[in-house]
Amino acid sequence: MSYSVSLSKLLGSIGAKEGSKLSVESGGRTYKGTLMPHHDFSGDDIVILKMSSGYNIGIRVCDDSVIKVLEQPVRTDKKETAVEAKEGLPGITLISTGGTIASYVDYRTGAVHPALSASELVNAVPEIREMANISAKMLFSIFSENMNVEHWQKIAKAVEQEINGGADAVIIPHGTDTMGYTAAALSFMLGDVPKPVVLVGAQRSSDRPSSDASSNLTAAVRFCVKGNAAGVFVVMHDTPGDDSFAVHLGTRVRKMHTSRRDAFRSINAPPFARMDKEGNIKTAAAGRQITSDSAVARTDMERSTILLQYYPGMDPCLFEDMVMRSKGIVISGSGLGHVSEDMVPLIRKACDNGSVVVATSQCLGGRTNLNIYNTGRDMLSAGAVTVLDMLPETAYVKLMWALANSASADEAKKMMATPVAGEMSDRRTHDV
Amino acid sequence: MSERKLVCGIEIHQQLDTKKLFCSCESGLRDEGYGAYYRRLRPTNSEMGEVDRAALAQFQREIDYRYQCCEGCTCLVELDEEPPHPVNEDAMNTVLTFSKMLGASIVDEVQFMRKIVVDGSNTSGFQRTSLIATDGSLEVNGKNIGILSVCLEEDAARKIESDGNETMYRLDRLGIPLIEVATAPDMETPEEVMEVALRLGTLLRATKKVKRGIGTIREDLNISIPGGSRVEIKGVQELRMLPDFIRNEMDRQRMLLDIKDILNGRGTRPAEFEPIDVTEVFSECGSKVIRGALENKGKVIAARLPGFAGVMNGGGGNLRLGSEMAQYARTKGVKGIFHSDELPNYGIGNEFVDSLRSYLCLSEHEAFVICADREKKATDALRVAVERANIALECVPEETRDPLPDGTTKYSRPLPGAARMYPETDVPPMIITADRIRTIEENMPEFPEEIEKRLVSRYSINTQQAGQIVRQSRDELFVKISEASGMPAIAAAVLTNTYTELEHEGLNMGSVDDGHVLRMFDLLKAGRFSKEALPSLLREMAKGSDADGAIRALGIEAVDSDEASRVIAAIVKEREDFVKSKGQDAIGPLMGPVMGALRGKIDGKQANEILAREIKKLTG
Repeated sequence: MSYSVSLSKLLGSIGAKEGSKLSVESGGRTYKGTLMPHHDFSGDDIVILKMSSGYNIGIRVCDDSVIKVLEQPVRTDKKETAVEAKEGLPGITLISTGGTIASYVDYRTGAVHPALSASELVNAVPEIREMANISAKMLFSIFSENMNVEHWQKIAKAVEQEINGGADAVIIPHGTDTMGYTAAALSFMLGDVPKPVVLVGAQRSSDRPSSDASSNLTAAVRFCVKGNAAGVFVVMHDTPGDDSFAVHLGTRVRKMHTSRRDAFRSINAPPFARMDKEGNIKTAAAGRQITSDSAVARTDMERSTILLQYYPGMDPCLFEDMVMRSKGIVISGSGLGHVSEDMVPLIRKACDNGSVVVATSQCLGGRTNLNIYNTGRDMLSAGAVTVLDMLPETAYVKLMWALANSASADEAKKMMATPVAGEMSDRRTHDV
Repeated sequence: MSERKLVCGIEIHQQLDTKKLFCSCESGLRDEGYGAYYRRLRPTNSEMGEVDRAALAQFQREIDYRYQCCEGCTCLVELDEEPPHPVNEDAMNTVLTFSKMLGASIVDEVQFMRKIVVDGSNTSGFQRTSLIATDGSLEVNGKNIGILSVCLEEDAARKIESDGNETMYRLDRLGIPLIEVATAPDMETPEEVMEVALRLGTLLRATKKVKRGIGTIREDLNISIPGGSRVEIKGVQELRMLPDFIRNEMDRQRMLLDIKDILNGRGTRPAEFEPIDVTEVFSECGSKVIRGALENKGKVIAARLPGFAGVMNGGGGNLRLGSEMAQYARTKGVKGIFHSDELPNYGIGNEFVDSLRSYLCLSEHEAFVICADREKKATDALRVAVERANIALECVPEETRDPLPDGTTKYSRPLPGAARMYPETDVPPMIITADRIRTIEENMPEFPEEIEKRLVSRYSINTQQAGQIVRQSRDELFVKISEASGMPAIAAAVLTNTYTELEHEGLNMGSVDDGHVLRMFDLLKAGRFSKEALPSLLREMAKGSDADGAIRALGIEAVDSDEASRVIAAIVKEREDFVKSKGQDAIGPLMGPVMGALRGKIDGKQANEILAREIKKLTG
């Protein structure tokens, strides 16, 4: 229960465990309550008791403290009831990966954990069982900041398997921090996936009455059932209210706020669709048709790929080793895609060495163009390529995928310049 | 010792005059809000794996919520769009100070909790609250009253409007720090409860960090009588009403115990709930309620209540179980129910009552209850009404009740259980260090008695005045005025008698800015007006003027006779022809304009003399 060594020893010696009812006599006062787990930031000599009023308090234990166990806890096992499939409803597989959407306060550990099982997640929103037959699987249970390339590959393989096994759609509950990256990775790996594959997250954990997990999950199911579009999407709130949802293309979406429910935004394109609280869907443009084809996951990725953010004063010496060891380098440049002239020789050296250098813009909004200014033209001469209005993170993921799925740097460059999953466009209108 | 007739404890919630508890917003209320974010709240499992019964009852009402933002006093934290910031240190110090004033034991480490509240008044679906201290005490009229707990928590959002399906809240109040202090159930009379509440209020104000005015302090009452049950009346705002609420609740519990005896004496068994569609009986009924429901695709549903006749409304109006049942029914969204003790009435004639009885196969005196609304709503409402009737056989139910303006209460929800608290993991626990406690102890505010003594000895005012000034927390203002003007006797009289008189006129003296009052005394000291004008000036200032503005508005600034002569000479000069033709006969007609220009500044006699002199000067 993560109490300090000495406290754990003391508690253990009298048989006290989480949930035990204790009396703690300390500093001339006596408290009675249930032993709760230690918080990471609690004092080392503090025991936490839940009082009969429901309040937790921390009590300092010193040498003359007397702790007694009054009662031991009774464990009750949770019952899981099997759900029967309803005829006529589409079948959706929910592949849980963790994150806030599947998090809850573990009252035995006192912290938010990415540990809600996939079926618990579904059972928390019973109304989605009326819309589809949902089978829930837990692939892993991690916060998305710990998600890496192998996780993307495992998810893509799992999606391929579920679709080829007959699922009409796949929903992937995911942590929000890197959900945009995963969405882009799945978009490239799954290519012309024949069914909807929807990533969904939450900005407030499921243990809170105000959690956006249930409404986002409901919106994701509705889009799978009624959206009539194949591809990889992200479904989240469109505003801070629980009455509007946005469906984003997996390659266009970016987390643009640390905490708001509507943190996810499509950049350089309108959201693929919007949905109101009744589930009415408005699509911006026709999507790819759902078919009965098989799914194919091309999951190879070139790991020696880096994403660099250019900043004023960036010293090429600091980056030379890293750049020269990488097969792919995506630079999130300033303005139209620039780096300083000091950095241009390093770009040339990398390209001469057979690496691919892709210039994107840290402006995020708008298209890159290296033909306008001298530095840009120098970058092009040095061998850098641009990818229209592709997001830096999407370009990074795509470059990993392109390098691994091409025979040469030139072929990879060609792949980078060719839209695969709606990730780039040469036309933007004033309203996005 | 004879059994106590009343067991009563109170909880006081006092807003603190600091920034908000978990963000940097101002903690003020606004007249206007903007935006209307839509939200729903779902009850969640508690750490014991159970859903709280109060939370579940609320969710089943299926109400949606909207939230308004306000300028300066709401941010993303109130909208639940950003995690809480670290707890406000001012507020924490104030609650630690107050705990010490009550001699309570402060916990070693403060843990913030989430208290689940899904009535929409918190955007998060919970109130953040923490237990700061336990086991204090308070002496009132020589008796020791136990203090069970002192908590620091956040206030809830304000309900602006509600139409049954949707409730609009304004977020300005959400997050204002509150001290919650709970007494032991040590009070035995309604008057004693009032005394204790007054004393706690005075001690809270002695911290100098609390808000003043209506709505900034709210009382919850926990009441039971022998054989009764604990009932909580939540959110009484007017202190003087406390004894009324207590007496009425004691009467209500006695009435329910009488009903229990009657029913048990009769051998009444719990009624089985069997809803029966009796719409056809009422197809020709003229009752507005029933017609309205039927026109709205509703039905009339009935349930039998064998053995309950005469206690729903009987005993000459002393037995009123029907009104308790109706309050439960209304929580399901219906307007009300009709029961057999109150029929025929409300447009439902005897013929309908008779045919309903025969439809339900009930004998002449058997009881029933009906409800006209959409079928599901009506059935749900009747189910809880019958459940409530059955409880009457057993006990007085534990409830949370809402105060009504007439001193009575209505059922609000079941008493929440302890299951509704779980750790607020977004706010780290806070160790209360010995250093911090030492600093608090070294900076304790004066107790009210100490302030009173100081005022009496230093400013030579009487103890009664000093007591009143301190009780109304006007001691700081009094000291400032006395030091600046050297007129403590006048200041004391104004802050006690004059303020009280003006408050009786209905003016809010709390709204008068201290700076304006100080300025008024400066002007008094400078001889700009006489002290007799103080009440009129304050009356003007309570309506929003500053001191100078009030003097102008009342036109009471004293003028010397030279200034008066100049004003009058000008008036005479303007009417030169008229004055020359009339001579001294012009005095009468000219007194009007003269007094118009100088009223309140010189008296009429003096004006008359100057006018005569000026006319003489002109006419020679």
